[in-house]
Amino acid sequence: MAIFHRLHHLFTFYSKTKTFTLHHLSNPRKISPFYSHTPKPKTLTLKSNLSQQDKTLIPLKDERLDSPFAQEDKTLIPLKDERLGSNPNCELVEGSSTIAAIVTSLGGRSGAVGIVRLSGPSAVEIAGRVFRPAKKKKKNTSSFLWKPKSHYVEYGVVSDLEGNVVDEVLAIPMLAPRSYTREDVVELQSHGSDVCLHRVLRACLEAGARLAEPGEFTLRAFLNGRLDLSQAENVGKLISAKSVAAADAALAGIQACFSALVKSVREQCIELLAEIEARLDFDDEMPHLDLHMVMDKIQAMWQDVQQALDTANYDKLLQSGLQIAIVGRPNVGKSSLLNAWSKSDRAIVTEIAGTTRDVVEASVTVHGIPVTLLDTAGIRETDDVVEKIGVQRSEAAAMGADVIIMAVSASDGWTTDDTKLLERIQINQISTGAVTPVILVINKIDCVLSASIELPETNGITFTKHVLTCAVTGQGILELEAAILEIMGLDQIPVGGRRWTVNQRQCEQLLRTKEALSRLKASIEEELPLDFWTIELREAALALGQISGVDVSEEVLSNIFAKFCIGK
Amino acid sequence: MATLTFHLPRISRFFRFAPPRFQSPFIASLRSDCRLVRKQTFLRWTPFRTLNTVASSNRQNHVEVVEERYDVIVVGGGHAGCEAALASARLGAKTLLLTLNIDRIAWQPCNPAVGGPAKSQLVHEVDALGGEIGKMADRCYLQKRVLNLSRGPAVQALRAQTDKREYAMEMRRVVESTPNLSIREAMVTEILVGKNDNVEGVRTFFGVNFYAPSVILTTGTFMSGKIWVGRVSMPAGRAGESASHGLTEHLQHLGFETDRLKTGTPARVDNRSIDFSGLEPQHGDEEIVRFHDKDSHQIFLEPEGRNVPEIYVQGFSTGLPERLQLALLRTLPGLENCSMLRPAYAVEYDFLPAYQCARSLMTKKIEGLFFSGQINGTTGYEEAAAQGLISGINAARHSCGKCLIVLERESSYIGTLIDDLVTKDLREPYRMLTSRSEHRLLLRSDNADSRLTPLGREIGLIDDRRWKLYQDKQAKISEEKKRLKAVRVSGEEIVADVTLLSGQPVRDFATLESLLKKPHIQYDILDKHGFGNKLLNRMEKQCVEIDIKYEGFILRQQSQLQQIVRQQYRPLPEDLDYYSMATLSLEAREKLSKVRPQTIGQASRVGGVSPADINALLIFLEANRRKQQERTRHTITTSVIDDANEQVPDVATMQTTNS
Repeated sequence: MAIFHRLHHLFTFYSKTKTFTLHHLSNPRKISPFYSHTPKPKTLTLKSNLSQQDKTLIPLKDERLDSPFAQEDKTLIPLKDERLGSNPNCELVEGSSTIAAIVTSLGGRSGAVGIVRLSGPSAVEIAGRVFRPAKKKKKNTSSFLWKPKSHYVEYGVVSDLEGNVVDEVLAIPMLAPRSYTREDVVELQSHGSDVCLHRVLRACLEAGARLAEPGEFTLRAFLNGRLDLSQAENVGKLISAKSVAAADAALAGIQACFSALVKSVREQCIELLAEIEARLDFDDEMPHLDLHMVMDKIQAMWQDVQQALDTANYDKLLQSGLQIAIVGRPNVGKSSLLNAWSKSDRAIVTEIAGTTRDVVEASVTVHGIPVTLLDTAGIRETDDVVEKIGVQRSEAAAMGADVIIMAVSASDGWTTDDTKLLERIQINQISTGAVTPVILVINKIDCVLSASIELPETNGITFTKHVLTCAVTGQGILELEAAILEIMGLDQIPVGGRRWTVNQRQCEQLLRTKEALSRLKASIEEELPLDFWTIELREAALALGQISGVDVSEEVLSNIFAKFCIGK
Repeated sequence: MATLTFHLPRISRFFRFAPPRFQSPFIASLRSDCRLVRKQTFLRWTPFRTLNTVASSNRQNHVEVVEERYDVIVVGGGHAGCEAALASARLGAKTLLLTLNIDRIAWQPCNPAVGGPAKSQLVHEVDALGGEIGKMADRCYLQKRVLNLSRGPAVQALRAQTDKREYAMEMRRVVESTPNLSIREAMVTEILVGKNDNVEGVRTFFGVNFYAPSVILTTGTFMSGKIWVGRVSMPAGRAGESASHGLTEHLQHLGFETDRLKTGTPARVDNRSIDFSGLEPQHGDEEIVRFHDKDSHQIFLEPEGRNVPEIYVQGFSTGLPERLQLALLRTLPGLENCSMLRPAYAVEYDFLPAYQCARSLMTKKIEGLFFSGQINGTTGYEEAAAQGLISGINAARHSCGKCLIVLERESSYIGTLIDDLVTKDLREPYRMLTSRSEHRLLLRSDNADSRLTPLGREIGLIDDRRWKLYQDKQAKISEEKKRLKAVRVSGEEIVADVTLLSGQPVRDFATLESLLKKPHIQYDILDKHGFGNKLLNRMEKQCVEIDIKYEGFILRQQSQLQQIVRQQYRPLPEDLDYYSMATLSLEAREKLSKVRPQTIGQASRVGGVSPADINALLIFLEANRRKQQERTRHTITTSVIDDANEQVPDVATMQTTNS
């Protein structure tokens, strides 16, 4: 009987562990009672329990659709790898270190004052190691602990680790969260020369700071929620802005003017989406959808987006500027026009036809946009070798310009040479496929009584605008500028009004939004069921979300990391 | 010898269902890795015979307690429970279905109908995966109607009015005739939990233990159920059926959070007392009558069965005292003289907020314990069936150590449903709505099979016959789409007809496909002019039509999905310490710690988590990943340098600490 008892015991045990055995075989992480009688800690059990789950995630797959997407889908999540790769000991990367950099410009003519900025949890500590306030003249430097009051300027000196004074500075502590990065920030204002700045920076680095990556302060501001994505992007622009208007625009971007518009349109989309989706399920219980109201709303959104796109154009011009080529027969006053416009004597002006042999450049600013004027040799048939080259260069300049100004003389009227010239421009345009707007400038109007000219009968090309000028008196220059603005579509941008900037990424998403809204209008007009409207509205909302960073796409995310190199 | 008796019930079941060789064909054909189970069963079977005679001779003076062992135990025989038990048994798991009352299996206590907007998508999906509810509706319907026909292919829905009694009887027949599946009347009061926080079985009110590594709770409205008419209440799971007590307390003791929900069912009236003359019939096969009043809401009168006089007054749920209910009913046109058969009542019951489940429907706390149906806070037979199917599949897979199946939100309404349940911490009964699915144009009823049947086949719920039917159908549809692309018409009658109907001109030698793309043109126009394909049935033609007609929209929605999916499916480590993430809002840290989402997409749907929080999370993950990469690189560099030079490693280490 004893033997039997033992046998029985074994048997029960075996049968009881049946399921465990199976688990054990299929999942080595499983705890088998065969190997351990002590219960494992709870957390471990939980982990193995959870990690067993969800190995098979089933994304959308439609056999009837032969898109590569469905195939690709299954490989989306290399779950096992990710799980194995996740390290519980990973601490927060961002914000864990303290960074330092010279934040004023370097390399050029040095300013009187330059700034080294420290940001991070030990910014104060590090600054304390290098900075000695002037008022506290204590000898035992090692025991000194700097406890600054936030937003109070202190005067003192920066010394290196050996105690040698490097420079005298003003220290401005800005404690978290009242700082640019929302971390503790200390700015050290030293003398502006590269040597001083670098010595101060080196002292900070030696004291434990890490050299900041390009844009890392802004990155931290973004990470810590002080700036949204488009604001963060505008900071970069503000720093590299070339003109006052560009700086203004970037600043407006930071101040969330553009963000606000995008946000508002996106909210409208989502509101409308909710309104429509509610009717999918509760049509009987809801008031009838007012189609006119819906259309009006969509139209309003569409216009907002269009306006934003217009400014995109302006933004591009702010960054790249405009090239305007002045062409014409010899001696119609092209160089005089350039001189009058740029208020300089940049080009040599004589009575002799063909004075200008090469392309002469001058810079002006039109409505904040940097414009490069190109004065060119008068285009004519010539045997003069030098002049011939000049004519070729004129044509090249005309081909590369954003706007062509064709100057004619009011005293001569329209001549056959003018017609020939226009034809050459036309041929060039056809061959390059570019359509450059051409402004007709009738110069020397002071030489005629009635300022009218018989406009040529041109086949094909027409002048976008024509303006009467007198280069000698400067008359008509303002009109010319206005004409250029109108041609470039910039006349809609008010001088003091919305002037945010839109970058390439944002511009693409705005276009996507606009297209979605256009399709939405079409869907409504075609009387497609409500459900189809939601697809376009969702598309618009998605695109707008990408701009403000509400929906951070893969692309945006990798962009951030590429730009700011975090995680190192 | 008598100590071996505990195998008796198992073996007796084997005699009942298994072929003479005592091997379940399901186990044999489906699970190669379960050979061990069969072997053991066989081993244990042999001594049993001897035992049988010994026991019956009763030579020893006591009988050992019978220990019943299963692979899966399903608690509750409603729409979730039946679906779960069937799926589990069909996958080859020895399954026990415990119910309070065998006569009330798959009872429809409320609306005698299956389907309707959004719910019909669920039914189609369950069916596509090899579930039962769709087949049941097909067998027991009184009338079928397609709703929302004019509202686009993603919104239109099939609704079947069913015969309530027939439905329950039919489901009982199916359950009882399914191999591997046993039924027992019992009230479960306890979950048996093992040392590793794993489920080991259940204990019933009368003190019997049933053992299994997987247990599914589908308690419906029965857990501490209480019904109300007016202000009077009594403990009950449904009118006339006793509630289940004790389980809630036990679950709380195990550390689960429970809460109360309330739902209701309208009154039933006697159809012989209704004056149908003033009502508008809604035709199907049988009469459904409704009256339509623009200023108020519609009320539908729906028969509960072929042979019963009971009429369900849809849209007339009320919490009024019984004496007022009749008076109110009689204010309705047609019901002026009606007699009430059953009063409307509300039922209140315990549920477990489903954030406590993973998307496999297994609880996060206890391994092998699954929740499905109303216990997760849903309402509706279809929602219950969908959850039941998933938990049934996963319970069976869990019992033999296979990985669990999770349907992504974007894959199906089932996925959407479960994702909502486990992430949103809902406190109101949840019912499926069309608008809950963001990508519904991709998740239509008509493509439920092409989305999910291959998966059902992979899981093992689609048999050869069904698989062949499926493949034939897909082949026919794809052939037809090719044909429509190739066949061109010019100057024929159909062209004039299409021009007229669509109000758009037709190009010369236009393909049939291009005709079908025009507004207001449907496949029947092709049929009418002899360009249709007679090999295709109505449903297949509809599939072709939708695929072609809405191609642009479908592609657009797909690309939207594609855009978000990479981000959304990014897994979140389970041991993420949200409280340590300074960049998250306080609320987000709290909610994420509670729900513990498995992916970024899920995290974004947790209430109180803002887009900014998600950005912070994404950046955190990405930074971690890069840091990890960097570390690996450093380790490699260090070790390489280590080999080359002994002094350099110090520098390398220093760099690591600096960076």
